[in-house]
Amino acid sequence: MTDQLDIARPARSTLPLTRIVTIGVLVALAVVPPLAKLSGYDFYLDLATRLVILAIAAVSLNLILGYGGMVSFGHAAYIGIGAYAVGIPAYHASYGEFDAIASYNGFFQIAIAVTASAVFALITGALCLRTRGVYFIMITMAFAQMVFFLFVSMETYGGDDGLVIDTRSELPLISLDDALTLYFVCWAALTVSVYLVHRITNSRFGLALQGAKGNEARMKALGFNTYAYRLTAYVIAGAMCGFAGALLGNFTTFISPEMIDWTRSGELIFMVLLGGTGTLIGPVVGAVVFIGLEEILSDITIYWHLPFGILLILTVLFFRGGIMGMVAMLVESRRD
Amino acid sequence: MITKSMTTLLALAASAGVALAKDVKIGFVTTLTTPAGVIGKDMQDAVNLAVEHIGGKMGDLDVKILFEDDGFKPETGKQVTDKLVKQDDVDFVTGYIWSHVLLASRKSVIDAGKFLISSNAGPSPIAGKLCHENFFSTSWQNDQTPMAMGEVLNQQGVKSIYVMAPNYAAGKNMVAGVERTFKGDIKGKDFTKWGKDAQLDFSAELAKAKASGAEGIFVFYPGKAGGAFIKQYQQAGLQSVMPLYSVFTVDSISLPKFQAASMEGVLGSRMTQFWAPDLDTPQNKKFVSAFKAKYGKYPSFYAAQSYDTIFLIKSAVEAVNGDLSDMDGMRAAMKSANFPSVRGKFTYGNNHMPIQNFYLREVVKDGDGNWTTKIVSTVYENHQDSYAGECPLK
Amino acid sequence: MDLTLVVIQCLNGMQLGILLFLLASGLTLTFGIMDFVNLAHGSLYMVGAFLCATLTFWTGSFIWGVLLALPLTALAGIAVEFIVVRHLYSRDHLDHVLATFGLILCIDTMTHLIWGAEGIAVPLPAFLNGQVELFAGIIFPSFRLLIIGAGLIVAGGLYYLVNHTRLGMLIRAGASNRTMVSALGVDIQTLFTLVFALGAVLAGLAGMLIAPITEASIGMGNEIIITAFVVIIVGGIGSMKGAFIAAMLIGLIDTLGRSYIDDLFKLAMSTEAAETAAPAVSAMLIYILMAVVLTFRPQGLFPPKVR
Repeated sequence: MTDQLDIARPARSTLPLTRIVTIGVLVALAVVPPLAKLSGYDFYLDLATRLVILAIAAVSLNLILGYGGMVSFGHAAYIGIGAYAVGIPAYHASYGEFDAIASYNGFFQIAIAVTASAVFALITGALCLRTRGVYFIMITMAFAQMVFFLFVSMETYGGDDGLVIDTRSELPLISLDDALTLYFVCWAALTVSVYLVHRITNSRFGLALQGAKGNEARMKALGFNTYAYRLTAYVIAGAMCGFAGALLGNFTTFISPEMIDWTRSGELIFMVLLGGTGTLIGPVVGAVVFIGLEEILSDITIYWHLPFGILLILTVLFFRGGIMGMVAMLVESRRD
Repeated sequence: MITKSMTTLLALAASAGVALAKDVKIGFVTTLTTPAGVIGKDMQDAVNLAVEHIGGKMGDLDVKILFEDDGFKPETGKQVTDKLVKQDDVDFVTGYIWSHVLLASRKSVIDAGKFLISSNAGPSPIAGKLCHENFFSTSWQNDQTPMAMGEVLNQQGVKSIYVMAPNYAAGKNMVAGVERTFKGDIKGKDFTKWGKDAQLDFSAELAKAKASGAEGIFVFYPGKAGGAFIKQYQQAGLQSVMPLYSVFTVDSISLPKFQAASMEGVLGSRMTQFWAPDLDTPQNKKFVSAFKAKYGKYPSFYAAQSYDTIFLIKSAVEAVNGDLSDMDGMRAAMKSANFPSVRGKFTYGNNHMPIQNFYLREVVKDGDGNWTTKIVSTVYENHQDSYAGECPLK
Repeated sequence: MDLTLVVIQCLNGMQLGILLFLLASGLTLTFGIMDFVNLAHGSLYMVGAFLCATLTFWTGSFIWGVLLALPLTALAGIAVEFIVVRHLYSRDHLDHVLATFGLILCIDTMTHLIWGAEGIAVPLPAFLNGQVELFAGIIFPSFRLLIIGAGLIVAGGLYYLVNHTRLGMLIRAGASNRTMVSALGVDIQTLFTLVFALGAVLAGLAGMLIAPITEASIGMGNEIIITAFVVIIVGGIGSMKGAFIAAMLIGLIDTLGRSYIDDLFKLAMSTEAAETAAPAVSAMLIYILMAVVLTFRPQGLFPPKVR
């Protein structure tokens, strides 16, 4: 993981323009989809909700991939864990058994989602971070596959067929059954996630993390325990993605092991790369473009994988640094 | 596809106020990609043929069909279903090959207050505790066909069988069905991995089956897994020691492929089903001959069910004279099953599952040397599924 | 436990192992020498199967089908290398993963467009379609036996190629130190293309051998490629020996898992729960193996000596 990831250096993200883009994207996401809903295009609000949730997952992946240089090919596992953390308590609240965890309470479900994801990230991360490069890519995928098959094997919760939940998480004052409320909750979560990553990357911890990515030996020589820094970031990212999973479960009201499939992890990586690794808003932009393209292309033809695949290849070949990288480049060239 | 995106564009262009009720919109969710796409294609062909046969009209209304691809995944199936009910504002959502896709999508359609008509999948919850007044089926409940097979096994004096099926909702229903009626011994059971990366090499399972010493083997492998299974069954030399009894495994989609590969062992194998291409009803004769003329192949049961779906909807729309807001009227019309079905006259149970005959079919060569199936005998007359009692509807 | 059944299941496991080896050997070659992660390797496996299926019907013989399809698969491999892969050697693994993921989508869809969605059943000549009795009571499908035989011959050939030819010397040198090989004045680009084509042929051969058992179908490569990756990671990237041993190990674990896990589970839980859990857990086994191996040996079982 070398040159390519360094293209958009954190220094650039402090440029006023990138800050304007960041705020602009978030504001646009706050305004446009609700307007679509109010004009009668309910489906586009749905699309935007899914998009915003996946953007949170991409933002969390970017923390370890973009800033930490850890290419996790199993990040979708946390989405699954988070979603089942909503589904399983709701299932028991509806159909009995396991009274200890049976609950529709949103705070309880989200607490489980975040805790379970963090614990899973801690255990697997401790093992995965012993490896490097492609071994890391593959071992993270292996753990995600294990989670995938674990949920497939759980007959009670639908196994391969997935689990339909009838009742969304219950929160005080608001109802997630209202599409607009649900959307604003997801949007607020995204904004908080972006801000959180912004604070983390600009803290001493974040700088050490980025330093370890660039030159691990030097950081070690300076007395930093790079392993501990990486592991902490890995756990934070996992917990954040688990939270996204809890939102996704609430949004789709259908939870299946398919959410954890390795292709899903691949899609998350693509979102991050498309938007620009190691940039604050890049993953969000990547998610918007990714979901948008998927929607438009699949509407035109059932053979949409072909143009989509070609775009993917072209992005990798020619758009190094992703969309935000191009934005940064434009700024640079203007200055020159 | 072009028509579909044009419809979408039109729907986008038209503001909410413009009257759109000049046509009846039917969303058809099926699998068009992945190897299972061949099933979806067969259904699509049948739907297009049906629309042609009714002249593109139901009463005074034009028929608009919107095909959507579920990609063989419950999650995608649910997404396209959401899109159909929310964006395209269809009046009926139908199709659904796979039980798990149907179960995942059910809530979206029901919550939107539209009619949901399954053209294939028949998982037990939907016939039982999850039954709904706006749900109808033009196929069967999953357990019924294997129940008929269990009955056939009893009649033929088979004492023991080995059972294999994919590990998903329908697979489990099929096994439950045969277990419910088969009186002999079940020597062993294997559920194999299903989904878009389903297990297709059954070497270990076939070796176990052979070692179990069962008298026969019962399988349910729809789509490409069926072809793979039958080949390996023959390569393992099982057809002489363990006759094959299957449901939904050998069909008009796989038979031409078997014939091309000269797998003579398939000839004479038997299965149960509610329908066959040679079933002697006027509607079926018309359907099968037109399908063969137009597409140059026999229709599959998936196609037959899809063809029926369009006629069922037509009967509903015409009963209310095109007033698509009259849900009660359309429901009552569909409930009476008063339309020409390829299976002949049948009735609906309280759970809106057909009460119908089940036949034993055998693979034979037709007059032109093509491989097809013909009916041997009737196993069940007017058979109702076992979950109707769990359904609170009257 | 029935001993005959155990022997047959071991043979089945070997047959799966051989297929995995054919795929993994190409992967480990491209990985070891070019440091290139090729997710689309499975697509070449699929292309091989479809070419072989078409040619089998065209020539009327499976043997001819395979013989003609092999060079065509090599050409397909060269085309892929020329159009996409070549431009990615200098990039990092992340770019490889994404670009070849895009390639999978493209090749799968093109296959759908060319051959249709239904897949092709490949007929076998009669002498391969039966069974043979190896020992008393051990009856095994002859074609599966042929796969084992063909795979062992290929493995032997690869061993000779890698250890006793000039090309093999370059391959070994390339796996250990790429810069040194190019410094020696070897045309590294041609070597890379050649190795990529060799990998394509090996993957294609695996596809051709499995097609008469399952069939040539879209996406067939995506099912097995992840397992092949597990094989090379467990075996150690760049190690042919490691790939062979890991392939056999994983083939056996997977097959024996599918055969015996449900019986094992039935001792501890209800029959119904065991029947549902067993297929998932047996599918999980190979990932558990990989995680365990990487925990104790982060470079796999047989890492090449110098990197």
